Amino acid sequence: MSVAAEGGAVSEGSGAPQGTDEPPRKEASHGWRLFAIWLVLSAIVDPLYYIFAGPHIPPGRMSSTAGGAVFDFNILIVLAIPVMIGVWVYMAYAIIQWRASKGGPEPEGGPLAANNFKIQTSWITITTVLVLFLAGFGTYELVQPEGAGGGQGPNPIWTPTSNTVLPIQVIGQQWKFTYRYPTFGGFETTQLVVPQGVSIAFHVTSLDVIHDFWAYQLGVKADANPNQDNVAFTTPYQLGSFVVRCDELCGIWHGAMYNNGAVVTKDQFEVWAQTTEKALAANTKLLPPFAYTYTPDANGADGGYYPDNVDPYSKVETYGATQPGSG
Amino acid sequence: MVGFFVVAVVVIVVLVIGFTKQPPTVDYSNAQSGQPVDVTLQTVGAYGSAPHPTWVSYLIKDPSTGQWVHTSYFQVPAHTRVNMTIIQYDSGSPLRNQQIGMVTGTAGKVALLNGKPFHVYNSNAGNGVGHTFSIPTLGINVPLVGNNANANLCSAAPCTEKSPHNVLKFSFTSPGSGSYPWQCFVPCGLGFLYGNGGPMQTNGYMAGFMKVVA
Repeated sequence: MSVAAEGGAVSEGSGAPQGTDEPPRKEASHGWRLFAIWLVLSAIVDPLYYIFAGPHIPPGRMSSTAGGAVFDFNILIVLAIPVMIGVWVYMAYAIIQWRASKGGPEPEGGPLAANNFKIQTSWITITTVLVLFLAGFGTYELVQPEGAGGGQGPNPIWTPTSNTVLPIQVIGQQWKFTYRYPTFGGFETTQLVVPQGVSIAFHVTSLDVIHDFWAYQLGVKADANPNQDNVAFTTPYQLGSFVVRCDELCGIWHGAMYNNGAVVTKDQFEVWAQTTEKALAANTKLLPPFAYTYTPDANGADGGYYPDNVDPYSKVETYGATQPGSG
Repeated sequence: MVGFFVVAVVVIVVLVIGFTKQPPTVDYSNAQSGQPVDVTLQTVGAYGSAPHPTWVSYLIKDPSTGQWVHTSYFQVPAHTRVNMTIIQYDSGSPLRNQQIGMVTGTAGKVALLNGKPFHVYNSNAGNGVGHTFSIPTLGINVPLVGNNANANLCSAAPCTEKSPHNVLKFSFTSPGSGSYPWQCFVPCGLGFLYGNGGPMQTNGYMAGFMKVVA
């Protein structure tokens, strides 16, 4: 800042060294010159980025949350580019304009370098506006329906406006994810299939340690905590496959804890769900009743997972009990 | 200073050796081209020897010697029918997640339990399930039905068929070349948090690799 202030000071007053008899020399207005260069470069680079690079920012636009993430990234980058250009332009300008000439005096500051009211006011105003805008924008993007694609806990404040939300439970366990479909008899499978154009509520939980459900191309990433129902919303837009990975270091096979999911049409989903429900019926009736969280047996090998209001040390016969939240 | 340097070097060497040490690989890839490969494993409730005598473990039968090898690494040829036989000497319990009580990824989606085909095993009944043989990347999962815990179970490897046991048989076709991690999905590491420590996280016990070679 001292050099900027120096430049500003020089531009507004006499540029002649004190104590000499030479007439004041007219200096260029460095501030306006810097501003003009910055404005032109920003006006060129920002649209170029938005038009050519913006559409290719990951994770793509496979879902509402993925598209939201891309939009957020682009807004942040569009705001960041002028800041970056400002810094670079200033550095380059300072190096060229204010460098010490060979044999000449070292550049000096002065009272105006430390007390330039215009620069201080501009700096505080611009950074305050920028930070407050980002805070407001980020908060809104986080909490708006299907905004962030991250877990919002068991009772999300903002929920999708759609009347039909398909619940899918994501169960993390060392070292794989399984998925329960409570509206299709509560079957549990290793396949994650979601319908296009339907709002999905992922209910993410864990049977043991902390995992993290990261459906990359869907832009959904939610922690899987034992005894917690972490809800994340999204609406898939594009057909195709997506990758699911665990994003929380959870043990030796953490790196192998991934699988592929698929976005299919509504009709295809109905067929798949009904076929799978039928195929897994024999095993589904052996599962505990659907609940949003489960308490894994604390004894290790001995025992199953339980709806969360059941004593984890009790016997498995309690599976038959009616549990709150059962589907 | 020299002493510190020597100690540091020794520590680094020991760590490198420790981290890079792998269990031996039992080679089943020498079978005649196009012929099925018969792989035989056993599971024991306690390995019975150092360094972890109380840990559950898999063992693999060496086809060339007929001897049991304490390892979880085996090698098969690519694109070949693999006939698995697993002799299960351990007891069982209800599964934490009955989803792994299903047979998946095998030929016909079935396995043979003492000669009888099954697709789903109710782990809440009978002796439950002791372990699974699972290769997640290939979608293979077979629950290994447990033995009666009150019977005189084998307590040190290698076990012989004089001890109570269940025989599981199933087949699958090996994929292309590569290393495929396989594991037991039953949290059977007793004494560890949620049963998933110790042998569950140690290659050579309840997790390993199926190496597929062209």
